[in-house]
Amino acid sequence: MARVVVMGGGVSGHTAATFAKKWLGNEHEVVVVTPNSNWNWIPSNIWVGVGEMKKEDVVFPLAPVYEKAGIDYRQAKAVSIHPEGKEGSDTPYITIEYTGQGKEGQTEEITYDYLINATGPKLNFDATPGLGDGNGGLGNYTVSVCTADHAVHANNELRKVFEKAKQGEKQKIVVGTGHGMCTCQGAAFEYIFNIEFEAQKAGIRDNLDIQWISNEAFLGDFGIGGLHLKRGGYAASSKLFAESLYVERGVDWTIGAHVSKVEEGKLYYEQLDGTEGEMEFDFAMLIPPFAGVGLKAYDKAGEDITDKLFAPNGFLKVDADYTPKPYEEWKASDWPRTYQNPDYHNIFACGIAFAPPHLISKPMKSPKGTPINPTPPRTGMPSGIIGKAVAHSVVDLIKEGPNAHLHEASMAEMGAACVASAGKGLTNGLAAALTVYPVVPDFEKYPGIGRDLDYTFGEIGLAGHWIKHILHHMFIYKAKLKPGWTLIPE
Amino acid sequence: MASVDHSIEKNIKPYDPSFETMVPTPFVKFMRTCILWQIIRFIVINIKMLIVVQKSH
Repeated sequence: MARVVVMGGGVSGHTAATFAKKWLGNEHEVVVVTPNSNWNWIPSNIWVGVGEMKKEDVVFPLAPVYEKAGIDYRQAKAVSIHPEGKEGSDTPYITIEYTGQGKEGQTEEITYDYLINATGPKLNFDATPGLGDGNGGLGNYTVSVCTADHAVHANNELRKVFEKAKQGEKQKIVVGTGHGMCTCQGAAFEYIFNIEFEAQKAGIRDNLDIQWISNEAFLGDFGIGGLHLKRGGYAASSKLFAESLYVERGVDWTIGAHVSKVEEGKLYYEQLDGTEGEMEFDFAMLIPPFAGVGLKAYDKAGEDITDKLFAPNGFLKVDADYTPKPYEEWKASDWPRTYQNPDYHNIFACGIAFAPPHLISKPMKSPKGTPINPTPPRTGMPSGIIGKAVAHSVVDLIKEGPNAHLHEASMAEMGAACVASAGKGLTNGLAAALTVYPVVPDFEKYPGIGRDLDYTFGEIGLAGHWIKHILHHMFIYKAKLKPGWTLIPE
Repeated sequence: MASVDHSIEKNIKPYDPSFETMVPTPFVKFMRTCILWQIIRFIVINIKMLIVVQKSH
């Protein structure tokens, strides 16, 4: 009997674990280790953040789902990986520390035959002074929509601002990225336009000054270097469409910005052209930069080999080309295909947990040398596809042996369908429905714009909103493993 | 003579960044939430997304 251990129960890890168990059946074990007791459909957190959904609408408990699936669920955080075993045993294992199930604080070792790292991001609030609380958590000056609990808090704070605006007080709202190396500009985009939409509905828009701040070199970069869409016979940059929406909604923008410090009611920033400035705010939502969750790794002798398994950002090395090279030499083939660790072939990473070879957007820095460029997003669809491909590879390795064909899912050869909400409402909501193919641009195959215009498109409208709302229900249905769940594509 | 909808112009200031982009006309804004048209777009967008999803799996 083989044991597959999946660290992480988010979109990618849950996909990997549930497919692995389905394909392996009861003959083999699948263990999920996650510090969370709930699964969270993260794309809908922005709606919790404006009060259009409750926390219960975006989360569900994992334990009953895993019990139904026959998956061994440990509510614990993974602490270290020991891929060579220890003295007296060659069996690789991980160490975990429980965060629930009545065993809080207890540590344990779990051996594995195959390990999937799907731990997702550490929300690195402390990377910007004042953004965090000094202990890795969200600070007191800003809000976040990265987790369901954060989003509940964000809505509570937003309501206070709305109340003041209703009383006639002018209020300033700032939304964007809280560091020069953030990703997830899309989530901030959704949040700012949902706030604006709610403000219009509440009749208080004229009392709000809503501003955007991000590390993008141009609006519409979204961490993927932007995209081109066919519109009116032209291949038009996402910059045009993004700027259009910001102007239409009266949202001013500051871009190419690294937020260097946050204080009560004020943030400080530095821009690509060297400008340094400050913004005051009554309410601010700033996405934190991401890092790996901080797993350590040790060899058989107990020596620290964390640098061997993990990139400096804490994400697990896989079959990518990590050779440092300038932007002009980047290739689509730099990106991983199998997500297998090159040194320990029974370790894989999926979702946000794998180390990308480099950015997707062009690297940029300020005259002082501060890097100010979006880092690569791994949105729901690629994360799910990669998780499923990794599970498939692991299952084939178990069933067919070490020479089994590994499944491939390069982000330079897959597309993504994304829906970015700009307001929730059954008859008046709006969302930008986008497809981009491929996610990572391939400038050799598609010279000039890096993407296939026939499969890259976008439009904004009520239909996009309906799609986002349907996807919310569909993916929660799928994650709960309800009848026919495997028919729903990632 | 019908009145002109100037609402789309209210956020544009000459020679600001807002001056250099495009903004939707009232007709385009209307069509974004026109139920009949958006039902058609819903079908079209879903077909396009399914094609990309299939190409990616």
